Amino acid sequence: MATSLLLTIGRIGYHHYFDKTTVLQEARVFNESPINARKCRALLTKILYLISLGETFGTTEATELFFSVTKLFQSKDSALRQMVYLVIKELSTVAEDVIMVTSSLMKDMQPTSEVMYRANAIRVLRKITDASMLQGLERFLKAAIVDKNAKVSSAALVSSYHLYGIAREVVKRWANEAQEAINAKPQSAVSAATSYVTSFGGSAPQTYTAVSNSNIVQYHALGLLYAIRQKDRMAVSKLVQNYAAKSGMSGSVLRSPFAQCLLVRYACKVMEEDPSSTRAVYELLEGWLRHKSEMVNLEAAKAICEIKDATAKELFPAVTTLQNFLSSGKPSIKFAAIRALNKLAMTQPAAVAPCNIDMENMITDQNRSISTFAITTLLKTGNEASVERLMKQISGFMSEITDESKVLVVEAVGSLCIKFPAKHHVMLSFLSGALRDDGGYDFKRAVVEAIFNFVKYIPESKEAALSHLCEIIEDCEYSKLSVKILHLLGVEGPKCPQPTKYIRYIYNRVILENAVVRGAAVSALAKFGVNVEDEAVKQSVKVLLSRCLDDADDEVRDRATMYLNVINTGDEKGYVKDDSTYALAYLERQLLTYVSNPEMAETPFDLSAIPKISRQDEQERGTQELGGALPSLGGRSNTPPHSGSASNGAGSRPAISSAPSLDQQALYAQKLAEVPEFASFGPLFKSTAKPVELTESETEYAVSCVKHVFSHHVVFQFNIKNTLNDSVLEDVNVLMTPDNDDVSLVEKVLIPAPQLVYDVPGVAYVAYERTVLDDYPECTFTNELKFIVKDCDPQTGEPDEEGFEDDYQVEEVSLAIADFVLPSYIPSFNKAWEELGDENEVVETLALTSSPGLQEACRDLIALLGMQALENTGNVQGSNVHTMILSGIFIGGVRVLARCRMTYDSSTGVTLQLGIRSANAEVSQVMIGAIA
Amino acid sequence: MGSIFSRILGRLWGDKEVRILILGLDGAGKTTILYRLQVGEVVTTIPTIGFNVETVQYKNIKFQVWDLGGQTSIRPYWRCYYANTDAVIYVVDSVDRDRVSTAKEELMAMLEEDELKDASLLVFANKQDMAGAMTAAEVSDALGLSTLMNRQWSIYKTSAVKGEGLTDGLDWLINILQK
Repeated sequence: MATSLLLTIGRIGYHHYFDKTTVLQEARVFNESPINARKCRALLTKILYLISLGETFGTTEATELFFSVTKLFQSKDSALRQMVYLVIKELSTVAEDVIMVTSSLMKDMQPTSEVMYRANAIRVLRKITDASMLQGLERFLKAAIVDKNAKVSSAALVSSYHLYGIAREVVKRWANEAQEAINAKPQSAVSAATSYVTSFGGSAPQTYTAVSNSNIVQYHALGLLYAIRQKDRMAVSKLVQNYAAKSGMSGSVLRSPFAQCLLVRYACKVMEEDPSSTRAVYELLEGWLRHKSEMVNLEAAKAICEIKDATAKELFPAVTTLQNFLSSGKPSIKFAAIRALNKLAMTQPAAVAPCNIDMENMITDQNRSISTFAITTLLKTGNEASVERLMKQISGFMSEITDESKVLVVEAVGSLCIKFPAKHHVMLSFLSGALRDDGGYDFKRAVVEAIFNFVKYIPESKEAALSHLCEIIEDCEYSKLSVKILHLLGVEGPKCPQPTKYIRYIYNRVILENAVVRGAAVSALAKFGVNVEDEAVKQSVKVLLSRCLDDADDEVRDRATMYLNVINTGDEKGYVKDDSTYALAYLERQLLTYVSNPEMAETPFDLSAIPKISRQDEQERGTQELGGALPSLGGRSNTPPHSGSASNGAGSRPAISSAPSLDQQALYAQKLAEVPEFASFGPLFKSTAKPVELTESETEYAVSCVKHVFSHHVVFQFNIKNTLNDSVLEDVNVLMTPDNDDVSLVEKVLIPAPQLVYDVPGVAYVAYERTVLDDYPECTFTNELKFIVKDCDPQTGEPDEEGFEDDYQVEEVSLAIADFVLPSYIPSFNKAWEELGDENEVVETLALTSSPGLQEACRDLIALLGMQALENTGNVQGSNVHTMILSGIFIGGVRVLARCRMTYDSSTGVTLQLGIRSANAEVSQVMIGAIA
Repeated sequence: MGSIFSRILGRLWGDKEVRILILGLDGAGKTTILYRLQVGEVVTTIPTIGFNVETVQYKNIKFQVWDLGGQTSIRPYWRCYYANTDAVIYVVDSVDRDRVSTAKEELMAMLEEDELKDASLLVFANKQDMAGAMTAAEVSDALGLSTLMNRQWSIYKTSAVKGEGLTDGLDWLINILQK
């Protein structure tokens, strides 16, 4: 039928052009009497063709078309009827009143009709029916499921599977029929003979004949059975045991390899949900490695490879099976096997190593997808000695593979450099060689990024890598890459022993390139001028920059002028050496609020309210992301550079935990923006970094709280999770009672979580307005959940009609001064401290009796003040005396600085002299109040 | 004589089928009548959601018979099938005195339709086998058939279960359509 469809389309396409309008006009042919079956079929084909091209029909158009098409039910032409079924299926989602064909379809699905009619009618019927009509169909569908004919049975099973979503209760009752369909004996002698051959022949070429028509029913039936039982862990486990037990070498119930594959997957699900079954399931999987069908072997092997924490001994049989497949004659089998091994090699390279010889043979495989996987797997499993040889082989075929594969290879090489730093010269020359090949932007970018990694992680390769990069920009067709490289040269070049040699390359760009690259080159040059100590170099850079003053492009000229000034006046700290940057996610969000809110347009945007972070932080955030990717590239067992960088990062990043993750805050802001009640609150100032847990971890309901501070409002967000699978909570409110009656807060909005089902977290909000703006209330709230509980069936999740009210006490939440302060980085504390002057300074001396040591005192102070520790002063170096400097932004955009001088004496504990400076005397007072 | 007659017939009908709609309220017996005409037996039926369409051969004439569901929710769709209709068979449950007025309203509304202005009307006063059934005259009165203008119509008392009266009605129809 598919061929006839294609042929017809071919004919239409060849002879004339048509579109929706002409097709709709031609639809009159459906109303003619007698019906011209051939003409109608051609038109239906056109409709399907249009739909397949993405053409859409409006509801009216589709409905009219549908009613015309229903008239074709009078024709006895079975080819036409087939097209009618297909078109109705397509129209059923758009057209109205499609139930009009119900009776006709029910007649067609009766056992007296032709098989073709029956199977198709069942499939269409499920598209047009709904839960209310299903009762009437139940009897017929149940009969169809156990029908002797595989087409009918499959159609009924697949339809039931889809119907399960809309009428769980009804379809649930068909489990027995589904089971019967699995257990049914193959209907014809022919298919019986086929399975006979496959059970005893066992060799590869015959395997596919096992997919005889009668067996696919088992696949569909097993899928339905699982759908019905998936909520019930015990039932699934029994299902797997049941069919696994019967699938011994002889007389297996599941003749269909597809069904068997499904069983493998369900077995894995059982293992996932119940770790105690790992042993038993592993044995099943191991047994399936010897199943007669390759498909099943592969599925089982893949499953074993994906078991978490599998030992080498457990992996061994799976790897052996996959290894055998590597020499299979069928490319698809080979591909599947090498892909599975490649995945395994990411986590367990040692387990894959025995296949190395087989994989080396595959490097020259005609199929480039296979050879690419082979090589990237080898790169992961190979040892230091084999790397060089491999690199040679790869260079040989790099030109023959597609860009996507090249990217894979380059990434594998890039991660290899981290694993074997000693081999960096081989890899570098490979990468720069690769760059000379033709390739698209993605490929070139991958290469450049890989080289950047060399610069970052392997100090001894830095100079070589930089000179490779210099060569790249000599002849690079992608401006974006040139800009990237120029920036890196600007950062790294001045630190090298011979900075001058890079200057030549950079200045060449100024002469030869387009404006974008020229601009980047000027910035890079300026960095040399500022950062290189040698006066001669400084002079040369000045000369070069002054030549750029005549550039044709405004931007380039402006940059040159600015940098020249910076170098001449020596005001480097503020510009070129400024290592702070705005928290970009936060800045972007504030700008967005500003732009989208017309009322704010009257006042200029307040940049001082945006917190700053150091570039180091920014980069570390980047490395964290990269860090997530690294183990997958380098292999989990062997990534010392990565773990090293992570621990360095933790050390050089003081008090980062106290700074709210601004990205996280962006997420909160987005969520809050969706709540219409909060729309008038203006931009979000601060959200607490980590939700405060208000319950123990093992309680019925897990509750945590996040505080969001707006300019005049405070919103408490309660994340609530119901951990009881036999109840549903509705209308969940949080009642907050302040411990202090005359606090200047008024409850404004109370938004309950409408419904909490098992294990799906929900959110309830309570919003307060600050009535006195100069007052920054410190207050503790006691919290209580009020809700309606409904018992429900743990399997289906259907709740009872009736519920009862209940409440639940959770722990307290408090609001503190720190909630009104954003930590913010500044590059130079002393300068800022002097600038603010002592006009609004408040100094107090306190004895911190609660802090047992200096380090603890620092931690507590950061938490109490909500500010950012600068210049690594959050970590105590000395033993008795320490000064910590802090910076932050108070709500309303007032900059606040704090200097904490501390002494420690074992008899008196920590004594603190706290000095706070800000532009506003009241703010300074409030801040001191946070401690005292 | 006979050959002349069949030649005229052939010219009149060609291989074209006579298109007939069977309409009426739900439970009047439309589907039973359809299959009684087609296979000559009483079949078990369920309420028709949508329509049944069958070809019925009677006296060398092929009828293409559309039996449309009579439930209130489906009646609005009758009009989708009016085009090119040669005749309407309107089936009335002669026992259901309560709803005969509804039957009248539906009938009149249908006959108003432009697409059916040339269609002949054959009314079956069905379920005559049951006790308390209205006679054909009573049904005719209740439907107000006598007030119909410009319409070929007739009424027959039938029992689809016993197979009585159906052929008489068809004979009338053939007669009318051949004129």
